[in-house]
Amino acid sequence: MEQTLAVARQLYRRMYLIRTAEDAIVKRYHENDMKTPMHMSMGAEAIAAAVCLAIGPDSLCVSSYRSHGTYLARTLETDRFFAELYGKCGGTADGRAGSMHLSAPEQGYLGGSAIVASVIPVATGAAFSLKRLGRDAVVAVFFGDGAIDEGSFWESLNIACAWRLPVLFVCEDNGFAVHTPAGVRHGYASITDIVSRFRISAAETSTTDASLLHAATQELLADMRAAQRPGFIRMHYYRYLEHVGVNEDFAAGYRPRDEYEEWLAVDPVTTQRTRLLEAGVAEDWVAEMERGIDAQVAHSIELAVAAPFPDECILFRDVMTNENVDIS
Amino acid sequence: MKTLTYRDAVNAALHEEMELDPSVFVYGIDVGDHKRIFGTTNNLVEDFGPDRCFSTPLCEETLVGFGLGAAITGQRPVNVHMRVDFLLLAMNQLANMVTTWSYGSGGSLRVPFVIRAIIGRGWGQSYQHCKSLQSIFGHIPGLRVVMPATPADAKGMLKAAIRCDDPVLVIEHRWLYDAEGVVGDLDEIAPLEGASILRPGTDLTIAATSWMNVEAMHAAKILGKAGVGCEIVDVRAVAPLDDTTVAASVAKTGYCVVADTDWVPYGLGAELAARLHERCFDSLKAPVKRVGFAFTHCPCSRPLENLFYPNAGQIVRAAEELLKLPPVDLEGEDFYSYERKFRGPF
Ligand SMILES: Cc1ncc(C[n+]2csc(CCOP(=O)(O)OP(=O)(O)O)c2C)c(N)n1
Ligand SMILES: [Mg+2]
Repeated sequence: MEQTLAVARQLYRRMYLIRTAEDAIVKRYHENDMKTPMHMSMGAEAIAAAVCLAIGPDSLCVSSYRSHGTYLARTLETDRFFAELYGKCGGTADGRAGSMHLSAPEQGYLGGSAIVASVIPVATGAAFSLKRLGRDAVVAVFFGDGAIDEGSFWESLNIACAWRLPVLFVCEDNGFAVHTPAGVRHGYASITDIVSRFRISAAETSTTDASLLHAATQELLADMRAAQRPGFIRMHYYRYLEHVGVNEDFAAGYRPRDEYEEWLAVDPVTTQRTRLLEAGVAEDWVAEMERGIDAQVAHSIELAVAAPFPDECILFRDVMTNENVDIS
Repeated sequence: MKTLTYRDAVNAALHEEMELDPSVFVYGIDVGDHKRIFGTTNNLVEDFGPDRCFSTPLCEETLVGFGLGAAITGQRPVNVHMRVDFLLLAMNQLANMVTTWSYGSGGSLRVPFVIRAIIGRGWGQSYQHCKSLQSIFGHIPGLRVVMPATPADAKGMLKAAIRCDDPVLVIEHRWLYDAEGVVGDLDEIAPLEGASILRPGTDLTIAATSWMNVEAMHAAKILGKAGVGCEIVDVRAVAPLDDTTVAASVAKTGYCVVADTDWVPYGLGAELAARLHERCFDSLKAPVKRVGFAFTHCPCSRPLENLFYPNAGQIVRAAEELLKLPPVDLEGEDFYSYERKFRGPF
């Protein structure tokens, strides 16, 4: 019971952090100072929180360009996060990477990619490495329902199954690739059905309840470990905002607003807050934690706004190890 | 004769060719959604139906192989890629399949296949949404590679590409979409080969690709004030490359700056420089100068982005070095910045 409560608290901390950081982005994006294409995680907070917590600190993760959730759930830090979004010194790559390529290698978050599905093979190779090194850990790779259209998903899945690699494939399914619905892209009814025919532990969720997602991930991880094979989990969620950018886009007509309202009624962040209170956590404790995160985010933004822009030498740094050597 | 934006010129070309030839169809990721590839595929679904303009799954290599299959069996496919970067996933089909099929069939199968790919730039798109890579595509035999810089070419070259029996890669720069210009009529096409003189001059040749023509025009204005008459040659087609027009210009001016929307090493500038050496070595009064992307990955941060991309200022400096002129003061110069046209992502 104590343990469940501790997990519930940690989940909520992560989700509240993601939501608060993204609310701040929504509020300030129009100032045109965060010049980076934002693919927002809003609506998907429970997935990042649950999976990142469940895999534990020794595991690794990689993600798509929709990575604010993964980054924040994994690192719990916002200074480098906002500095990167503002293109400033002190960011995860001193402004070179931006929202689509966040990383925190020292915390096991190897990075993200804006080329759909292209991190899936990378996760597979990293899992091979973990296996070789004899680590009791997995590589979680986050990707969307559009990524499973790509051959590299299937090729990676096949390799991971054939070679029994500890990859946790996490399909964050919002039913759309940009504005094109899964129904017109997929020649099958259920990806989970198909994937489960491979030698893999497979599961599917449609809840926004982070505790349930956490339990489902743990169960899957246990099965993966017992059977010495990879895992696949498809997690349904609703993308609150437009594909890229910080606005709603229901007026575009490709998805109805009522759908959103239905999901909003079970919003992952408020759901988790309610769970905490129901489990007997004092409202004061919750409010205190929220205030702490509010202050953290506000402070990080202040730092980022005040930070200098990177200077010219950063432009060429880290292309290769012999930095600043002009190889042109 | 009508004045259209580049975006509408592309749309008009597709519309007209689909009207004229029922074997033409347009497909690719998101071509049919409400954003319509920045408006370039507007009204195609409405006017020709979902069988002739349709969004696809995300599977670039297959999309390009699919186009080959359709092209050798009577269709004229047009496959659209929102970024050149995404087309790289299809490099196998492009370099091993699409471009070899005519050769391997002893010419009995031709490949009337058009691929449109868009160069992204700005708003921190960074290093996976910015590529141009025309030299890589131009390196492959059997592929026509064109980079229309004006609405007239955007329309005329795309129409010619659709009617052409060879595979044609049309590389469009996102920033050109708002450019306005007079375009040709229904039955007018623009040649897929041949450079054109955008601006006549006698002192210096600037050979430019795509967006760099806009920067070159600006540079010519600045240099004009210093008494330098620039001749701007819009390269238009990267492959086959028309070195005759460039060499003729250099024979007159004696100096050449190549301004390319791409990395410099192994790039179009290197190719042109080599050909100018072959064709008009004796006319060259100085080595050819090359202007292009900084040789690094495109960074996200706005000030670094500015350092990564070449602009009119760099062309001016290159010209001054060639002509041994003192540097003009660029302090008050209003260089193009994308904030003038759009805000927010993409
Ligand atoms: C290889 C490749 N093709 C196309 C794109 C353009 N694109 C960016 S995101 C996206 C849709 C991806 O959908 P999904 O995997 O479901 O992720 P979501 O954005 O829904 O989280 C597309 C087509 C790309 N970035 N990379
Ligand atoms: Mg999706």
